Amino acid sequence: MFRTPLAYIVGAYEHPLRDAPETSVAQLHAEVALGALADAGLSKDDVDGFFCGPDAPGTGPLSLADYMNLNLRHVDTTNTSGSSYLIHVAHAVQAIAAGKCNVALITLAGRPRQQGKGKGSLKRADDPNQPDFQWEHPFGLQILGAYGMVAERHRHLYGTTAEQMGWVKVAASHHAQHNPHAMLRKVVTVEDVVTSPLVAGPLHRLDCCVVTDGGGALVVARPEIARSLKRPLVAVIGCGEAPMGQAGGYAEITNTAAQRSGAAAFAEAGITPADIQYASLYDSFTITAMLQIEDLGFCEKGQVGRFVMDGNLISGVGKLPFNTDGGGLCNNHPVNRGGMTKALEAVRQLRGEAHPAVQVPNCRLALANAIGGQLGVRHASSTLILERE
Amino acid sequence: MPFLNPAPTPTPDSEPFWQAANCGELLIKHCEGCGQAHWYPRPNCPFCASDRTVWRKASGRGTIQSHCHLRRVADPYVLAYVTLEEGPTMMTNIIDCDPDSLKIGDPVTVSFIPSADPDQRVPVFTVQV
Ligand SMILES: [Zn+2]
Repeated sequence: MFRTPLAYIVGAYEHPLRDAPETSVAQLHAEVALGALADAGLSKDDVDGFFCGPDAPGTGPLSLADYMNLNLRHVDTTNTSGSSYLIHVAHAVQAIAAGKCNVALITLAGRPRQQGKGKGSLKRADDPNQPDFQWEHPFGLQILGAYGMVAERHRHLYGTTAEQMGWVKVAASHHAQHNPHAMLRKVVTVEDVVTSPLVAGPLHRLDCCVVTDGGGALVVARPEIARSLKRPLVAVIGCGEAPMGQAGGYAEITNTAAQRSGAAAFAEAGITPADIQYASLYDSFTITAMLQIEDLGFCEKGQVGRFVMDGNLISGVGKLPFNTDGGGLCNNHPVNRGGMTKALEAVRQLRGEAHPAVQVPNCRLALANAIGGQLGVRHASSTLILERE
Repeated sequence: MPFLNPAPTPTPDSEPFWQAANCGELLIKHCEGCGQAHWYPRPNCPFCASDRTVWRKASGRGTIQSHCHLRRVADPYVLAYVTLEEGPTMMTNIIDCDPDSLKIGDPVTVSFIPSADPDQRVPVFTVQV
């Protein structure tokens, strides 16, 4: 084996709440942090690196580090929207390898469901200094519109049907029925998806993810520390990150940055998509997960509609078990930032701690991918390849 | 009630574009360094980084690269990308159309409608008949 892991994911924790009216955003961060540290068998005093996104209230990491009274020597607040947290894992590995920290804590938390009550967390930026703002805002750009245009063009170029998109939701719902914390636990059919109301372009209501409060946390540690703990060893063996924009007006909107982030991660890991036994794929919409399946190389470009049919993403049924926690479509999409939960379920699978009904037997190699921002407009993809030792 | 386009917030380098829009002209930036047109407009070419970018009047004709009917909002509208004859693709709206009959590749023509700021028009497109 030519690869020597530089760091391991030693702690993982998902907040059980999906609706958190009684807990502050800072306290949610603290609860997921302590949950992940307890999972690892570490304490907050072991943490010397802290990674967070703009869901962290206050200036960068300052308020939360103070709130939790962390003693830090390395911080990172990379923000690529929902894909930030997988990039945080990659950057934590790099920081550990460079000797900048030993134990890195990564948190995500918030409560977008409380926003209507004036107690929310993260507001979408409306910054006129953003150079693209004056060319997009006047036309009513919003997330649904961006993803609707991508889905419409994929339909046009490759014949992708509403029923095929529906299979992604069906698979997620089959998994979510076994997750007691999932927001939506009811098993749905393709018929249910395609007869739900159309919301934007070809996207039906059931093509869209849930909105949840809560969050999650990860702890990444250097190999000597990881080996001293009592948990199964989950090595980070490949990382890739890539942003993608409109290329001066010449972008093909059905392409994603997962082409580049995936290629980089697979090259670093020295494996191919065929080696992956379980995949966590960001599913803000059904089409989001589908484009990652193509662009990460699990099928030919344009063929994902056929690939996802007939339960091919359902654990125990198909070739590519995905989002066995129920994903963002059914389980959890805290703070509208789905990258964190992608890593959490991949860790569970590799440890053999997924629900028995969805556990991939002898799962040794898993992938987690996230898309942050808006497909077809500006987004970043981040890919992690994880191995159970 | 029809969708009322939010007013743009021009920057110093984009004033010519928004003034021309009020006169019914669609300007795009061409680069005299590499010969390429780009969108959205910038002082420096996004391809060769030259500052020799100039405003040129576009034909106002293009085709739909993609579109999305936002149905579940108070005032439904069609968000679209239109690929201009000059090459680049811009975000816009398709107006005065049957959203369900729009097709990618349909030829469209620019028109300028008032935004939430009644003194500022914005470029939107209609399907050519
Ligand atoms: Zn140029």
